[in-house]
Amino acid sequence: MTITAGLDIGSTYAKAVILTDDLEIAGKALSPTGFKLQQVAHDVYRQALDGAGINKSDVSYVIATGSGRHQVDFKDLHVTDLTASARGACHLFPGTRTILDVGGQTMKASRVNETAKVESFRLNDKCAAGTGAFLEKTARYMGFGTEEISALMTTSREPVPISGVCAVFAESEVINHLSLGTPPADIMQGAIESLTGRSVQLMKRVRAEPEYTLIGGILRFETMGASVSKLLDAEVNVPEGEMVQFVSALGCAILAHLRLEKLQAEELVGTAASADA
Amino acid sequence: MAYAAGVDVGSTQTKAIIINEDAEIVGRALLDTGANVIQAAEDAYAEALAESGISQDEVEYVVGTGYGRYRVTFGNSQVTEISCHGRGAVHLFPNTRTVVDMGGQDTKAISVTADGEITDFCMNDKCAAGTGRFLGAASAALDIPLGDLGPVSLQSTKPIKISTTCTVFAESEVLAWIGKGKKIEDILWGVHKSIASRSAGLMRRVGIEDEITFTGGVSRNEGMVKALEERLEKKLNISEDCHYMGALGAAMFALDNIQAARTPAETGANS
Repeated sequence: MTITAGLDIGSTYAKAVILTDDLEIAGKALSPTGFKLQQVAHDVYRQALDGAGINKSDVSYVIATGSGRHQVDFKDLHVTDLTASARGACHLFPGTRTILDVGGQTMKASRVNETAKVESFRLNDKCAAGTGAFLEKTARYMGFGTEEISALMTTSREPVPISGVCAVFAESEVINHLSLGTPPADIMQGAIESLTGRSVQLMKRVRAEPEYTLIGGILRFETMGASVSKLLDAEVNVPEGEMVQFVSALGCAILAHLRLEKLQAEELVGTAASADA
Repeated sequence: MAYAAGVDVGSTQTKAIIINEDAEIVGRALLDTGANVIQAAEDAYAEALAESGISQDEVEYVVGTGYGRYRVTFGNSQVTEISCHGRGAVHLFPNTRTVVDMGGQDTKAISVTADGEITDFCMNDKCAAGTGRFLGAASAALDIPLGDLGPVSLQSTKPIKISTTCTVFAESEVLAWIGKGKKIEDILWGVHKSIASRSAGLMRRVGIEDEITFTGGVSRNEGMVKALEERLEKKLNISEDCHYMGALGAAMFALDNIQAARTPAETGANS
């Protein structure tokens, strides 16, 4: 059996996926990225291998992606986040034509063709408004942690508008709302709707087409998917549960299999050619 | 003797200035704005009065400015902070043609005439990059008091280039550099340079003409003064009172009002 691995070292979380040759996930792991990227890559890889009960020596090919991909010192190859997410999203939802990936410090929209190749993309990695950091800051201004955001938002009844122009200036807005007696849930939901607004703008700039697949850590917050769907007035695909965070790592592991197949084919051609000679 | 006052309620700090008829500063006060804006305005005004030893009755006119200018409940009128900074800067440094005002939450570039009239301005109010908040983020990330940032940054020998624009991301970048074992002074100097570069961009949009006066709370930071001077390759006018420039400008407008109210009466007496 051929085993591959995909590593996605993102700005906020590092993810690893171990994949068998029938493209079943044998193990996966996730850990906050922190500031020691090489170390976290090793750690998260080790955890995924342990989960799968597979030895490092049994893994034939490793592909890394994410902003920290160059720090993965045991990789065979690295690919961009867009290539990786396209492969992963199209594997989970073959009809995918547009991908929205909202992570801790970036937001990316891409349009892909039927072979999971990226045709057009736009990204925001310059401004925290429009990324997970915006939600994290909003929650923190109100004294909530990131892990409490999801539960908080589900209790919202009447979200208030949050301008979402700058994650820093949102603080004054949040304080204003709190002083007017707005429940934190409605402020939080307002923040996610502001993020949704920015997401849909970014998607429009790549001329988004259905099916839409939404991925990235922020999609853990269930209201985000519903909110994008409402604004697009269309159905959206969201991977189940924690899979939203592993799509790019999965994409890498699939690309690793494809890469191995290609290498083997070339080797066969090579052997055949040398036999002819 | 009549007196005029200016109260500048900023996003972070509230400043009050009392001047006499000769436009000399006789009292000043500075305190954190906090959540109660009305109270902050009253407190700053009371403190400036106490310092000058003048009673409230002797102050004939009060102008409020800053984002909280309508909360100056005792103010006779309000003037925007842009007009006030222009007016104050030209009063202190008569050759001022460009003002760069760096406050807690926004940075402004202002072009002024010799009379202190505003011909153009540009501000950074949609994004915290290049404002005092960027320093606030660095101060929080490094756990160094705001007032020490400048002096520490000036000890830098091997500056780091801060590559992120966003204040939120800069906080993580600062921590990442610390994680890589870089020196705090080198990181901080990089932070100052990054703000200087953003501000210079803003200034170019109104046109940079000599002389340049640096106002607002951040003008007290000597690291920022040096970073901006290096970036612009020009000397900046600085004074202890630059922090009070908005309030000073407001007091000057208040003085105008006092004098304007008198002129008809005097004319009447003469005729």
